[in-house]
Amino acid sequence: MPVPGSDGSVQVRNESPTRRFPGYVRTFISSDRNLTVKWAIPFLSIAAAFVLCGGLMWLWGANPFRVYGLMVQQSFGSVFAINQTFLEAIPLLLCGLGVAWAYRISVWNIGAEGQFTMGAIAATGMTIYFPHLPSVVMIPSMMVVSVLAGAGWACIAAVLKAYLQVNELITTLMLNYVAGLYMDYLVYGPWKDPKGFNFPGTAMFTPSEQLPTLFGTQVHIGAVIALVGVVLYAWTFAKTRWGYELRVLGSNPTAARYAGIPVVRQMVWVMFISGGLAGLAGMCEVSGVTHQLQHGLSPGYGYTAIIVAWLARLHPIGLLVSSVFFGGLLVGGYSVQTLGLPSSISLMLQGAILFFAVAGEYVQQYGRWSWRVSSQRGGVS
Amino acid sequence: MSMLCGLYRPDAGEIFVHGEPVRFKSPLDALRRSIGMVHQSFRLVPTFTPIENVLLGHPSSPFWHSRSLRRTKREEIQAFANRYGLDLPPEKPMWQLSVGEQQRVEIIKTLYRGADIIILDEPTSVLSPGEVDVLLETLRRMANGGKTVILTTHKLREVMAVADDISVMRKGRMVKTLPARKANERELVNLMVGREVVAHIAKTSALANECIVEVHDLWAHDDNGVPALRGVNLRVMAGEIVGLAGVAGNGQKELAEVLTGMRSWTAGNIRMMGRRMQRALARDFIALGVCHVPENRLQTGLVGTLGLVDNLLLKNYRSPAHSRWGVLRTRENRAWASGLIRKYNVKTPALDTPVRQLSGGNQQKLLLARELEQNPKFMVAVHPTQGLDVAATEEVYQMLLLLRQQGCGILLISEDLDEVLRLSDRVLVMFGGSIQGEFSGHEVNREQVGRLMVGAPAEGEATG
Repeated sequence: MPVPGSDGSVQVRNESPTRRFPGYVRTFISSDRNLTVKWAIPFLSIAAAFVLCGGLMWLWGANPFRVYGLMVQQSFGSVFAINQTFLEAIPLLLCGLGVAWAYRISVWNIGAEGQFTMGAIAATGMTIYFPHLPSVVMIPSMMVVSVLAGAGWACIAAVLKAYLQVNELITTLMLNYVAGLYMDYLVYGPWKDPKGFNFPGTAMFTPSEQLPTLFGTQVHIGAVIALVGVVLYAWTFAKTRWGYELRVLGSNPTAARYAGIPVVRQMVWVMFISGGLAGLAGMCEVSGVTHQLQHGLSPGYGYTAIIVAWLARLHPIGLLVSSVFFGGLLVGGYSVQTLGLPSSISLMLQGAILFFAVAGEYVQQYGRWSWRVSSQRGGVS
Repeated sequence: MSMLCGLYRPDAGEIFVHGEPVRFKSPLDALRRSIGMVHQSFRLVPTFTPIENVLLGHPSSPFWHSRSLRRTKREEIQAFANRYGLDLPPEKPMWQLSVGEQQRVEIIKTLYRGADIIILDEPTSVLSPGEVDVLLETLRRMANGGKTVILTTHKLREVMAVADDISVMRKGRMVKTLPARKANERELVNLMVGREVVAHIAKTSALANECIVEVHDLWAHDDNGVPALRGVNLRVMAGEIVGLAGVAGNGQKELAEVLTGMRSWTAGNIRMMGRRMQRALARDFIALGVCHVPENRLQTGLVGTLGLVDNLLLKNYRSPAHSRWGVLRTRENRAWASGLIRKYNVKTPALDTPVRQLSGGNQQKLLLARELEQNPKFMVAVHPTQGLDVAATEEVYQMLLLLRQQGCGILLISEDLDEVLRLSDRVLVMFGGSIQGEFSGHEVNREQVGRLMVGAPAEGEATG
């Protein structure tokens, strides 16, 4: 609706590139400049990572095309493969959603791994200390305790940051090791299954302690929970008052204080949610997939989740896509062992993708593209 | 300006220096053609000493900075600076020096790097009146010493005082160049705005009867825990503008923050609308009708990456008109926002444009639109016209006066003495964290105010 101004110029023109997106999408696009470049970076960085790792495989003596072909086939090529991929994608999505909450307000929670582990421990604790509960009571209470455990674990770092300005990057990372070692202590010690042939794991969960699966597939209802989480995340930030406060806080904390938003309290709450989602992912994993707490429960879901969130640019739909992609990458990574290659190829790819994504971000912000834009706008003083 | 010193490249056109066409790829290229610039926000390393800053990037600066080298360089630079009557500040980290001293280092640095053409971008905006005089004298001496000085400013008095030639620039075009002897202030102002500006603001008498803000013996710390407010006493009545004059860093910023709930105070009483404030919580102050035009628009008052709608909502998103049951009423808010943008004449490409892409004047109008729409009872306005052109400044003045008419009390904090004198019903002078003097609007003695501002009530402008 163009409105001519007093001097004949048009004041409100709805022609910005973001205009063609509906509101809930627009919320997640901070700037209308360089939009194409911005969304090209994730794809370009994935492509670059595949080329780089392909080169390394070639040096290793393997045919990269064959390796990649096998990875795609094993992760997306059959119903079973897709099942496996989705199973891996569920914890990635929940953890990725968790860290995305924190990253939206610029709190750098890299402790999803530890929060995931604490959630898994708490859920297992329910099965050990309160056995024989009916499923309708057992599953919800496992969920509640795992959320509280993950959230509590994250809140240690949040409270330290909020009241003592301790850097959350360090505390969340350190707490990962504490949680991981605590779990190892439990599965090697007091919680070890006496009938488990000395395998470091707890006793198998009874059917009433296991998450139901969907329509005969292996995918458990954690998928539904994660999808609801994505919708709530998108809705909160796009539509709610609280989401608005968080958007202001994430972009400019001083302005948030100026507007009377209780910055410290919001930060602790967001970390509570962030850790709670990772804790829930831990519960889904023990109750839906492994059916026991065991050594090496997570192949680094909490760390991969950081890449998932970053690559998705914290966008809800991006989170869906990137968590499935990384789920596939994990499954594909297991499969390449049949070619005599280590499964850590998927970790190598993950690392390379994050590297290129971060580098791309900097190029976009400080490199030639944005330099051209700023020189066009120049004309200061 | 930025193009001349090599920071930006021109899209079209050519630059001639000494009759030769030049193309600058970087500030270094510009410097080779002996053009140097003193920026409004200094390009200095705050943790370096003056010598280190002058030597930084200088061709003669060796890899190893020994103690003896520093000493010889210091003497050399000092001798060099003396030619222009400049005194090199002591060897302390830059952040410990005053703004005037920092600017001096910046000028010495530019000269020492061999600049013959020196561009100064709004150099006086950060200085106290005494420091301005010293600066202008220095510039005069530099011009007499054969240097070309380009002074960009929006303060007519300075131009009239030192310039040989005056060029007026408006909306990216040179409007007119004329020798200073033939210019008069009125003509220049007309050239700058392109229309007749009412130089003096017609003020109706204030209805000052009801006391809305009362501050008694207020103490507060600054960010480093040093007392910045030392027993401030202050009263603001409904419908009056109280001007607070003073050089930056004498507690104005802290006072503004305390009075808007953004900083806690250590002692003293604040009464707002007759109610005693208990704690520093911006939300409490906003609820009482306190609004705030902060010193730095993009740092405090606006969220640069968010659009206009979100920025307009910043203070009243909690009201039922804008959100219901915790959910924002997006459609109503967008309609409301585009109404305000029209009403306050904010020019923007779109409603969702990140506000950091708007011009300073439009950002400030947007901010004022938001604050005015709250029907405030008390406004704290800090440097409300900083960085705005003459026309936008005039619009801001009109908004403030309208607000005063509506019975709102305004505390106007500004370093621009002209601004304070023009608008205020009463003028307070702040120095060293307390109020040094009070003048009623009619009987202000400019010189007296200036002296109080630099903390030299008897001696005049001793501190430079």
